[in-house]
Amino acid sequence: MKLLTTFTATTALCAAGSMAGAQDMVDDMTLVSWGGAYQNSQIEAYAKPYMEMNPEVSITWDESSNEAVAKLRAMNEAGNITWDLVDVVAADALRLCDEGLAMEVDHDELLAPAPDGTDASDDFGDLIVSDCFIPQIVYSITFGYRSDMVPEGVDAPDDICDVFDLETYPGKRSLETRPINNMEWALICDGVPKDEVYDVLATEEGQDQALAKLDTIKDDVIWWSAGADTPQLLADGEVFMGSTYNGRLFSAIEEQDQPIEMMWDAQVFDLDGWIIPTGLSDERLARVQDFVRFATDTQRLADQAAYISYGPARESSAPLVGEHAELGIEMAPHMPTAPENSENVFVFNYGFWADYRDDIDAKFQSWLAQ
Amino acid sequence: MSNLTVDVKRPPLSFTMPVVAVLGACFGFVTGNIFGQAWLGFVIGAVIGAGLAGILAQIVQVRLWQKVWGTCAVFALAGLIAGGIGGLVGGAVMGLSMGWFATWIGSGQYRAGVPIYYTAGQTLWHNVFLFICAFVFFFLVAPLFPVIWLSFNAENFFTFTPEMLAFQAEGYSLKHYREFFSGGGHPVQGILYGAVIGAVLGALVQLLPNVQRGLARVVVFAVVGALIGVVVGKMWGVSGAEWMTPLKNSLIIAPFATLISVSLGTLAAIGLSQTHVPGRQAIMAVLISPMIVPLIISATGMFFFYAPLGNWLEANLGLNQTFVGYVKVILAHAALGVPFVIITVTATLVGFDPSLTRAAANMGANPVTTFFRVQMPLILPGVISGGLFAFITSFDEVVVVLFVGSAQQQTLPWQMFTGLREQISPTILAAATILVTISICLLTTVEVLRRRSEKLRGMSPG
Repeated sequence: MKLLTTFTATTALCAAGSMAGAQDMVDDMTLVSWGGAYQNSQIEAYAKPYMEMNPEVSITWDESSNEAVAKLRAMNEAGNITWDLVDVVAADALRLCDEGLAMEVDHDELLAPAPDGTDASDDFGDLIVSDCFIPQIVYSITFGYRSDMVPEGVDAPDDICDVFDLETYPGKRSLETRPINNMEWALICDGVPKDEVYDVLATEEGQDQALAKLDTIKDDVIWWSAGADTPQLLADGEVFMGSTYNGRLFSAIEEQDQPIEMMWDAQVFDLDGWIIPTGLSDERLARVQDFVRFATDTQRLADQAAYISYGPARESSAPLVGEHAELGIEMAPHMPTAPENSENVFVFNYGFWADYRDDIDAKFQSWLAQ
Repeated sequence: MSNLTVDVKRPPLSFTMPVVAVLGACFGFVTGNIFGQAWLGFVIGAVIGAGLAGILAQIVQVRLWQKVWGTCAVFALAGLIAGGIGGLVGGAVMGLSMGWFATWIGSGQYRAGVPIYYTAGQTLWHNVFLFICAFVFFFLVAPLFPVIWLSFNAENFFTFTPEMLAFQAEGYSLKHYREFFSGGGHPVQGILYGAVIGAVLGALVQLLPNVQRGLARVVVFAVVGALIGVVVGKMWGVSGAEWMTPLKNSLIIAPFATLISVSLGTLAAIGLSQTHVPGRQAIMAVLISPMIVPLIISATGMFFFYAPLGNWLEANLGLNQTFVGYVKVILAHAALGVPFVIITVTATLVGFDPSLTRAAANMGANPVTTFFRVQMPLILPGVISGGLFAFITSFDEVVVVLFVGSAQQQTLPWQMFTGLREQISPTILAAATILVTISICLLTTVEVLRRRSEKLRGMSPG
């Protein structure tokens, strides 16, 4: 009996699908994200309200954003795309778009306009860095330090170059095991003006200069690769200061009550957002488009900020950012985009790293191994 | 050998004191390190060790164990005064080790286990060997203890907080266990339904001929039913829960994979033990290959093998995508489990006398009856241990499921893997502690049952 029902349902679905199109949507979706507090903020702000409106929908989360590029390649080759919507950083979105693994979208058609009627593409503005990329949040990579490990008689660190100052601030630092950001910070602290950093880094001498600067602290660096590492090392007191995503530090400071402080100086902004994989069936695509339109509207992006301290990508969402859902503290001052935090922001150059990533990566890795 | 050993003599203090001083110096070094005075601690420890050996040698009226526990108590008290409750525990451990070592050396017990003609060097090597064995054992088991300890952490980091180290109640909590078990389910209904079904089954079994009767059986069935029921009930209707969904998936995938690998593996082992099968070695090599080929290679291969298979099943048989996903993972895990079953069953088949099957045939049993009534009971230990290995392989496996499975089939190791990378949360430790406990219970049960059946078989005639 059950088999028969399934069979008729399938036939009906196929028939309807061939006739109508846009209205038919599948009821289950697999969303890919980063896990942890960030995925939780997406569940609370987007998925739960969406499922309340559409009780027939069930959503499965896959915490695979870290290897999204490799997995999507494999899925594409095997002809079996099991993901419906993938959360990636902007750099990955660019790669996926170039390889044709992510679908190009018309932002104005797909995404909801701002409440005042502004088109989505104007509301998101420059953050739409690729035709495939649907921005969600602005996050930053910045430093946090143990407030109880600041040496006596010394001011707390408030300058990016304090990371390289082992005399005033002894102790271990944790840095990400990749050249991006580390090389720029090293050059800034070696006297290179901020707007010339990428010109210098494009030359062999410039790269050597950055590595030489990093060499001065190399013995005191613990290298991290996952976002959870630095908060863990800070909580352990194993490092004095370390770089990581600002939301992780917020969570360790405000939610976990750790003696850690933010050091916003020379924070590096980056973007995170959705891409839709290519090769979805019409029914799946229709469901995903429906969900994305809902999940990236002005109110939803502002709601997300109640769970994690990442800035909403829409300009129209900023005034709607309220209080933390559990702690009840104002979230606006904790955003990387808040004026007092973004006095000295380092602007990350996607184009430069797309061109030089492979060369500098190789150089950086061999330097690490020395 | 026992007649070669005689009552041991107590060694002179000139031997005892330096030896115990060395151990004391080691402990002193560690303790001193905590206060940033490692070498001072080293010296103080050595002095205390030597002093302890000297004092214990003077006390003769007291039994050895009293000396050991007395030392332990003194050290623990000293630790309590110096460093609170944490110091108490540390002091007790050090006192116990020092006291035992000092009496063991001082009373000459270290010579009790060796023949009397052993030279000093041979005795030393004998005891060093025992210590090496003890250390190997220690290093195998010791990593479990911090994991279990940290799983009761009250904070969301892998950190021994000062409160934990001081053994204060506020440093500990069960919240990571609550987190692990959170997310719906109906455990209470599960217990009730399970107990009722178990009791009914127990009663029905009594109707069968040739079965021992009694209320005890019904109770046992009901208890087992309730245990199964609580697990099934807890899993029933769970979806989207961070840990319960993966656990449910693991509990679906592992038993089916085990069932398939045990059936196929046992049959393959029996077939391959027949001398007339052509190309036995080659077939064996192919079947064992999942164990030898690096897992990541098998996983990649399986991914590209099962993806079109799954597409075909979905497209032509109209099967549900989630269902097909489970089938793919179960088949992949079954292939990984088969070599373990083949190896263990082949090993037990070596001891199987083939004339028994001929005797059974002679008495009119067909091959199927012979297999189930004669061969199977004899090779059962091999089948069970092979099955256990297959189960653990599937239950622990993370690489293949990452490739072959999709998010709907996320298993417990997968969740632990991503959890460890994305959010270092002690819930992983709670999960690990629960898994370790389950493994220990499972293995103990199997071992108890095996011994019991061996005893029963040994006692019953024929």
